[in-house]
Amino acid sequence: MLLLIEQCLNGVQLGLLLFLLAAGLTLVFGIMDLVNLAHGSLYMLGAYFAATFVGWTDSFLLGVLLALAATLLVGMALEVVALRRLYGRDHLDHVLGTFGLILFFNELVRMIWGPAGLSLQLPMWLIYPVELLPGLFYPTYRIAIIITALAVALFLYVLVMRTRIGMLIRAGASNREMTGALGINISLLYTLVFGLGAALAGLAGLMQAPILTVQIGMGENILILAFVVIIIGGIGSIRGAFIAALLVGLIDTIGRAFLPDLLRLLLSSRAASTVAPAMSSMLIYLLMAIVLVLRPAGLFPVTSR
Amino acid sequence: MRRLLTPAVSSTPSLTALLAPRHVVVAALLAFLALLPVYAELARNPFLVTLFTRVIILALAATSLNLILGYGGMVSFGHAVYLGIGGYAVGIMAFEGIASGFVQWPVAIIACALFALVVGALSLRTRGVYFIMITLAFAQLVYYFGVGLDRYGGDDGLSIRQRSGFAGLLDLTNRTQFYYLCLVLLTAAVYLTWRLVNSRFGMVLQGSRTNDRRMRAIGFPTFRYRLAGFVIAGALCGLAGALLANHTGFISPATMHWTRSGDLIVMVVLGGMASSFGPLLGAVVLLTLEEALPAVIRALATPLFGEVAVRMAEYWQIILGPLFLLVVLFARGGIDGLLAGSRRD
Repeated sequence: MLLLIEQCLNGVQLGLLLFLLAAGLTLVFGIMDLVNLAHGSLYMLGAYFAATFVGWTDSFLLGVLLALAATLLVGMALEVVALRRLYGRDHLDHVLGTFGLILFFNELVRMIWGPAGLSLQLPMWLIYPVELLPGLFYPTYRIAIIITALAVALFLYVLVMRTRIGMLIRAGASNREMTGALGINISLLYTLVFGLGAALAGLAGLMQAPILTVQIGMGENILILAFVVIIIGGIGSIRGAFIAALLVGLIDTIGRAFLPDLLRLLLSSRAASTVAPAMSSMLIYLLMAIVLVLRPAGLFPVTSR
Repeated sequence: MRRLLTPAVSSTPSLTALLAPRHVVVAALLAFLALLPVYAELARNPFLVTLFTRVIILALAATSLNLILGYGGMVSFGHAVYLGIGGYAVGIMAFEGIASGFVQWPVAIIACALFALVVGALSLRTRGVYFIMITLAFAQLVYYFGVGLDRYGGDDGLSIRQRSGFAGLLDLTNRTQFYYLCLVLLTAAVYLTWRLVNSRFGMVLQGSRTNDRRMRAIGFPTFRYRLAGFVIAGALCGLAGALLANHTGFISPATMHWTRSGDLIVMVVLGGMASSFGPLLGAVVLLTLEEALPAVIRALATPLFGEVAVRMAEYWQIILGPLFLLVVLFARGGIDGLLAGSRRD
């Protein structure tokens, strides 16, 4: 039972990380109609920046804030220099162009930081586990991830639904020309939205960094998962992304934790330990295929467009 | 069938059209490919034959993708999965002691066709980016299935010790014979797609790309045509997979990693979508760039930067990546479009 609770918490934590990544993707997708495969590169950059700045400043929080700002700037620069030119093009163009950007960023990181991975050390106050329930110890850092991500989700909701800038974003999404005609600087708005998405990806990357190693290509597999999330949730829907992210996070984690035992009943233990991770990865794509077959526009289709 | 394959438009080109730059380049390329083993023999550089065998096999895969991506407008982001299925069909059968190519290759092709039938039937119900992502999802499913194939090496892959046998007719361990077999198959595939897209079937496929609703309004059940195209492309790519497994003597899930699917899309778009020889041009250019770019950077940058140039050459992908972006932005028709000049949009 305690194991189940712990695995559920892990699932929620992975789900929330996926949400941060997916929120940026779905914003960019819903508003600019841009398929950005290079989103995973921003996730990677966030982690590399954090590892570097934490090392320089000797302070975890300061380093993380600097890394966020740096990812935001890189995102905005990327939008102005390259991606802006892809708006209104075919999705195939987006796939190809941003696929090229992945190669570019991977190589750039290899040039700057070298081929070996980095690691991001946690400060002492985030390392110790806390006792959530009698007998259930859970790492402080993972709790911190859950709280941060929930706070960001709330912030996003308030930003998009309750503020003036959010209103402009929604207006820009439903009718670009009309919003522009009303005197709103659409291209600046788009740059800001892209920067926001980049910062969210960077945040996800740097929060994952202390758990896994910081390495080249770290953003690629999780990017595909984030795409699965926004497709299941319905492209452009932040609420859909939130629910789908939790669903995917829970299925993946719980599958990984409990499938080996289940399969051991049927297979030899060696076979079970190889097959189980593969099967739990397959579960997610199976879920997506089923969702798309039943509801070709995702669980929460955005109908206004 | 005969009616389906009859060209719907007249295809007798005039002499001036034959001398257009794209035809000259394609003819030169074909001549180059046909004579390459001779040159490699004279230059004592067998690596060239190995490299270009790979180019030709991937060109075959890209040609199959072009049928649905270029002509049919179906952006499949999981096409490398057929390379994997075809390769695993050969690898697993060799592992289990069935070495005859007369069994292995048809099984590879049929397995891919069946898989494409299922995937196509489900995913052609969706459109646009949902289609891109659902084809990716099915490819990922098979990728992880491959990782879980404990008996056949799982993540580490499977060595294929024995090449497909053809009852003494062909010896695939002979580098030159294998090269020419691949070249013949590629030429046949290009001819087949050319016949297909200029037939009534191909016209429906292309019409559905331009405006599916209109095609349905004038009475074509476009879903069936698109599905048939999807299955043919999958089967053809399965053949490429069988060839690739024989070429490398190895098959692993990495063959169907999503970045491999991305590479195939790059080849098609780089060469020029919806053109018969575009995928071949794309494969040649992409793979030669991968081989040659480090040397080119070194040669160009050494006079300017000296020692630094050697280090710069190591990071050649930093040039290659933005190159894709430039192709997308400024050379929409790919290489074929550049050669054809302003005739294309």
